[in-house]
Amino acid sequence: MCSRTTNPPSPREEHGKSISTLEGMGFRAGQGLIERFTKETPSFKDELDIMKFICKEFWTNLFRKQIDNLRTNHQGTYVLQDNRFRLLTPVSNGKQYLEEAPKFLAFTCGLVRGALSNLGIDSTVTAEVSVMPACKFHIIMQKS
Amino acid sequence: MDGFESNGFTEDRCIKSGGDSVVEQICSFRNHLVKGGLQNYPLYIKTVPTENELKFHYTVHTSLDVVEEKISAVGKALVDQRELYLGLLYPTEDYKVYGYVTNTKVKFVIVVDSSNIALRDNEIRSMFRKLHNSYTDVMCNPFYNPGDLIQSKVFDNMVSGMMVQVC
Repeated sequence: MCSRTTNPPSPREEHGKSISTLEGMGFRAGQGLIERFTKETPSFKDELDIMKFICKEFWTNLFRKQIDNLRTNHQGTYVLQDNRFRLLTPVSNGKQYLEEAPKFLAFTCGLVRGALSNLGIDSTVTAEVSVMPACKFHIIMQKS
Repeated sequence: MDGFESNGFTEDRCIKSGGDSVVEQICSFRNHLVKGGLQNYPLYIKTVPTENELKFHYTVHTSLDVVEEKISAVGKALVDQRELYLGLLYPTEDYKVYGYVTNTKVKFVIVVDSSNIALRDNEIRSMFRKLHNSYTDVMCNPFYNPGDLIQSKVFDNMVSGMMVQVC
């Protein structure tokens, strides 16, 4: 005999867990990818050098285009803007599916976080979509 | 030749070879970022069977300091080279130590017997290339957890092959 002592997870909790799982998968994949992509490149000079690599070569290898805009406060926060994010372009523009967009961004956030982690940088990566198919990735470097 | 000395690189990887191998030890170490500092711990070590393996491990660890030195020199733009291959770290009376660092801060160390002069720089470079390629494959294996000891047979065979070849 067994009785249920906990409530089944709410749809919202399950959704959150799925997003985390996707991000986690992206993290491990990002670690491997960055190992491959940086095999032939010379050593990076500094953090900005690494971010430029992410915006250009890394993004091109993944999505066949570069990041359109990189902004930073030079204090560890970077905003990467992709005006036509490849995983969102098949979805119709407009507000209808704006709510579903985070699902398509979670894995990529993990990719970036995993890539940076293997390069020795701890970070948090979040993404936001305001107008489809453009999106922004916010990267905050953790101070050790 | 008896005994090879190994140097450790971020991954503990020593290459063991028997008989007349020239390459004594190949090691790889990984930098691990822990709260407050970096710790070099070995991922793979292979050595030629020798009576004094401890000497190798010691040499490897001291060579890591040299590696760190070289890395920080690049960071300060004193060395414009920005190459992954670090070259001869330091010679000792018995053996030579070579270093290599990847962009992901994984370090490889190869210890070679000094008496072997036939081993040219570009041969050492190609050995590091092979190590790097194999390590990348290990990294892309989804069943491998970064930071674990490397137990891949393919990696192992590659290392063994390199050590025996260099006779």
